[in-house]
Amino acid sequence: MAEQRKKKARPGATPASSGGQVQRTARTGGEVDRPADEGYRSLIEKRSGLGELLAPVAGFGVTFSNMFRPTVTEQYPRERVPTKPRYHGRHQLNRYADGLEKCIGCELCAWACPADAIYVEGADNTPEQQFSPGERYGRVYQINYLRCIFCGLCIEACPTRALTMTNEYELAGPTRPGMIWEKQDLLAPLREGQLSTPHPMVEGTTDTEYYRGEVTGTTDEQVAWVAEHRPEDPTLPENRAKGATVPDLGATRLAQREITAGAHRQGGAR
Amino acid sequence: MTITTPRNTSGTPLVPAAPPVTAPEPEATVTFTVDGIETTVPKGTLVIRAAEQLGIQIPRFCDHPLLAPAGACRQCLVEVWAPGRDGNVAKMPKPQASCTLEATPGMQVKTQHTSPEADKAQHGVMELLLINHPLDCPVCDKGGECPLQNQAMSNGRAATRFVDVKRTFPKPIAVSTQILLDRERCVLCQRCTRFSEEIAGDVWIDLQKRGAQQQIGTFDTQVLGFAGDAPVGASTVDTSGRPFASYFSGNTVQICPVGALTSAAYRFRARPFDLVSTPGVAEHDANGSAIRVDHRRGVVLRRLAGDDPVVNQEWITDKDRFGFHWQSAPDRVTTPMVRRRGADGTRGELEPCSWVEALDTAAEGLRTAIAGPGVGVLPGGRLTLEDAYAYGKLARVALGTNDVDHRARPHSAEETAFLTHHVAGRTLQVTFADLVAAPAVLCVAYEPEEEGGIVFLRLRGSVVAGRTRVFSVAALASRGLERLDGTLLAAAPGTEPEVLDAIATGADDVLGTTAEALAAEGAVIVVGERAASVPGTLTAVLRLAERTGARVAWIPRRAGERGAIEAGTLPTLLPGGRPVADAAARADIAATWGVDELPATPGRSADEILAAAAEGRLGALVVGGVDPADHADPAVARAALDAVPFVVSLEVRRSEVTDRADVVLPVAPPVEKPGTFVTWEGRPRPFPQALTTTQLADHRVLDRLADALGVDLGLQTLTAVHDELDRLGGWGGARGDAPATDPAEPPAVPPGHAVLATWHQLLDAGRLQDGEQYLAGTAKRTVARVSPATAQAAGLADGDDVAVSTDRGTVTVPVQVTDMADHVVWLPTNPRGAAVRDVLGAVAGTVVRLERAGESDAPLVVDGATGPVSGDAADAVAGVRADEEEQA
Repeated sequence: MAEQRKKKARPGATPASSGGQVQRTARTGGEVDRPADEGYRSLIEKRSGLGELLAPVAGFGVTFSNMFRPTVTEQYPRERVPTKPRYHGRHQLNRYADGLEKCIGCELCAWACPADAIYVEGADNTPEQQFSPGERYGRVYQINYLRCIFCGLCIEACPTRALTMTNEYELAGPTRPGMIWEKQDLLAPLREGQLSTPHPMVEGTTDTEYYRGEVTGTTDEQVAWVAEHRPEDPTLPENRAKGATVPDLGATRLAQREITAGAHRQGGAR
Repeated sequence: MTITTPRNTSGTPLVPAAPPVTAPEPEATVTFTVDGIETTVPKGTLVIRAAEQLGIQIPRFCDHPLLAPAGACRQCLVEVWAPGRDGNVAKMPKPQASCTLEATPGMQVKTQHTSPEADKAQHGVMELLLINHPLDCPVCDKGGECPLQNQAMSNGRAATRFVDVKRTFPKPIAVSTQILLDRERCVLCQRCTRFSEEIAGDVWIDLQKRGAQQQIGTFDTQVLGFAGDAPVGASTVDTSGRPFASYFSGNTVQICPVGALTSAAYRFRARPFDLVSTPGVAEHDANGSAIRVDHRRGVVLRRLAGDDPVVNQEWITDKDRFGFHWQSAPDRVTTPMVRRRGADGTRGELEPCSWVEALDTAAEGLRTAIAGPGVGVLPGGRLTLEDAYAYGKLARVALGTNDVDHRARPHSAEETAFLTHHVAGRTLQVTFADLVAAPAVLCVAYEPEEEGGIVFLRLRGSVVAGRTRVFSVAALASRGLERLDGTLLAAAPGTEPEVLDAIATGADDVLGTTAEALAAEGAVIVVGERAASVPGTLTAVLRLAERTGARVAWIPRRAGERGAIEAGTLPTLLPGGRPVADAAARADIAATWGVDELPATPGRSADEILAAAAEGRLGALVVGGVDPADHADPAVARAALDAVPFVVSLEVRRSEVTDRADVVLPVAPPVEKPGTFVTWEGRPRPFPQALTTTQLADHRVLDRLADALGVDLGLQTLTAVHDELDRLGGWGGARGDAPATDPAEPPAVPPGHAVLATWHQLLDAGRLQDGEQYLAGTAKRTVARVSPATAQAAGLADGDDVAVSTDRGTVTVPVQVTDMADHVVWLPTNPRGAAVRDVLGAVAGTVVRLERAGESDAPLVVDGATGPVSGDAADAVAGVRADEEEQA
């Protein structure tokens, strides 16, 4: 094949100039057979006359024409350009409107994952410790971003739309353990009006009502339950009113940031 | 050895493997076609089974090879053409259920593969089954290994046409602390009810209501005879207020073809696709049940019954299924430890140390003892064959003594003689197959349900089939015996030899019937390990066997007892049944072991070793997995461990021995080591290692210990042990003499006293059941049983609290008046909080005081969630929503 191409490029060249032939001279033992050195031969056809004279100028044509086009260089990380809306960024574990987790710990995401990046353990919800509607919740949820290939099969597998992908793509980190994101790192931040888990379901509902989207927010009973069991909870409306801040980053991510910030202080990066 | 084919050695292996079972040649056969393929099967074969053999899969839910055909789910419909009376092959007007249809000559069966009609019928049935089935596969424990899920994919419609509201039930019902029932998932296949009725015989759930309301539910246990055998834990009560009690309920979870029955211990813990399965052998009893160990990331999450037709079929006890948490208990010993004695001679604390230091310290202490008064070895009865063999070899070769005895339970010299004479080296003489083929089985000092588990199920299968009659020499007819339709030969503890000797043809009543039954070809006398506590019983059993021609099977409780006997960890026994007293046997072993000679004096039994240690006549003890509380007199055992100057303990978990040990060497539990258990039949049951670990099996630790003592045991690897066992082989020489012990005179029973009868219940305070609260909740409640006359004499009424006491202590439990021998009180041996040996210092046959201790606070029948179980199990049941269905 290579020979054919060469022929086409250089019709005048001698065919089959012993490309594969091996010089067999006197051996002393231990040599490696290699083809004879034929020197460098350009594959570009040699031009002639004016063409040869203007060739260097023609090369600048590309440069000049691009000078008048809009620039494509992105000044990352100084400027962050939004991704396309369906970009596969890092995952998020979603919540229902009242703050209960959508994840039921079914492990279907782990099953679907071709890179074996997800590890889940389920557990029972109890009246005192209700994390998600229904009987089962995900007690352990880990995604290993050293393995994840962002294919999105886990998203397709999720039966409750608990797992979705965000557009966030800045996932580099300074340590390996820090790249295994835990449940608290992946859970969606608690918006205004959502209560942190555990807390009871909206009274009189089952998981079916939650799936159908019929639960639209917290009820007074849920707020009262959390106020009774965790009076300091920053997601309580009264604490929010007092200016309590609800952390939106999990422990693993905060630790990663701390390490990165420390490296910056030492002048490693800007 | 056991596992491999015999090598080029003469004789048989030490514990030869059982020959493969060949199916008997069928008397009559039937030739018919399935999907056009002609096949010949034994007469009476079901079409679904014949199709299976051809590799044709017909979907099914209710069909189970070990249960009677029911035709309940209708999923296995096939098109059938059969010759009519005129000889013409005609199509049956409607599709037939292949699981209830016997093949007949000339029949032509068309499954869904060749018949559109069968395919359409199956799709229709599947659609009906799925109408009320919830779409909760993501949260269902069965998801991923669910026959309904799989067959809905292979034989069902892609989309549902059902638009109405599905039927729902409050969920789940806690049938017991262990078994949870989600009724809306049920497809009414009745596998569970058929199992409890046909196999276990304790009907704890049944079909209720009719038509669309039909459902599985708990049943009126009063009607079903559960009185008194109530579980300690909370369980769903029915209208009569009586809860469930079954030792085999876990099997229904495994055979449920949907996720309707689940176990509380495994609920929501894992999914089948991230579990790694390893075959195993249950370590809880001497049956060697095949199990499957499912684990994830080094943690065992559940155990399932394996499939072994010759041993446990496809069933295991709940103890085998759920009792595995002890192997990963928080009190596991993970590093070697030594006790550094203070300079003033005070006992120091145990401190973790390196293996080298621990072994050197142990060797130094043992060397001092060998030079002085000697060393005793107590391996315990839960070892694998290989480990027991290493203990025996260590004792004889490195420690120079025959003082080795694995029996951590009441035993006697009579039993030693019986085991030497009748059990050791005689493997596979009576097997499960013999048991279920026997026309009569006489149980002596043996409760098949409480002490056997699988023996009970196999025996019951045979009784139900009408092959076997069961007789039992015991103080009372237990519910297990009733379910075996058994005949009780009532014997107060101590009078068993007398009753056994009275079994003679010509005797009137049941004794004569028993004698006639035992004289039949193939009859078996099953004698339990408890026989050792009544002098003369084993002698009488051998006499009876000689008189009637029945064969004798000795069935111990613990998994390692039989293997230990074969491995020679008895004071009078060398491996393979070779008597220590026999010079030829000693020379035989010495040649294989490469030593000049073996200690010739038979050693001391465990009781004698402990007594000697307590009196300071022993220099050191090497102790395996032994609980002092299991010995006939726990006080002596503890005193011995306290008094002996040096104790080396090989333990999986911290125990009472650890607290008294000078050197503690950690060993691996069965799940972390490969090995071989030997069943009561003498059948080797090899199992592989399930989890990766840094812990060593006992034989490897002992090999290193011997190395530190300057002796090469050559047992560093499992292969090395097997090679040596193969080289040793069986023993064709003389056996020990049969026991000849006269029965003791039954003790006089003063007024206000009674003789103690006792046996272990399957679920009790055993160390191997620790950490499993859900299982503990299904144990039977502790009651004392007395006869009406005894109760009257002691002023007791049914349900009163009775104080059973000796000079050492008192056990106070509710009393249940039972039809049984007079002047006898029965107590379970080791229930939680009332261990008879520990508290009373009593064994079967001891005379104890009976006193009324007032009205019992706890009624005999516990109500719902008021049981004494605490922790997770109580939470689990409390978390279960109340059954509001009746109000709805």
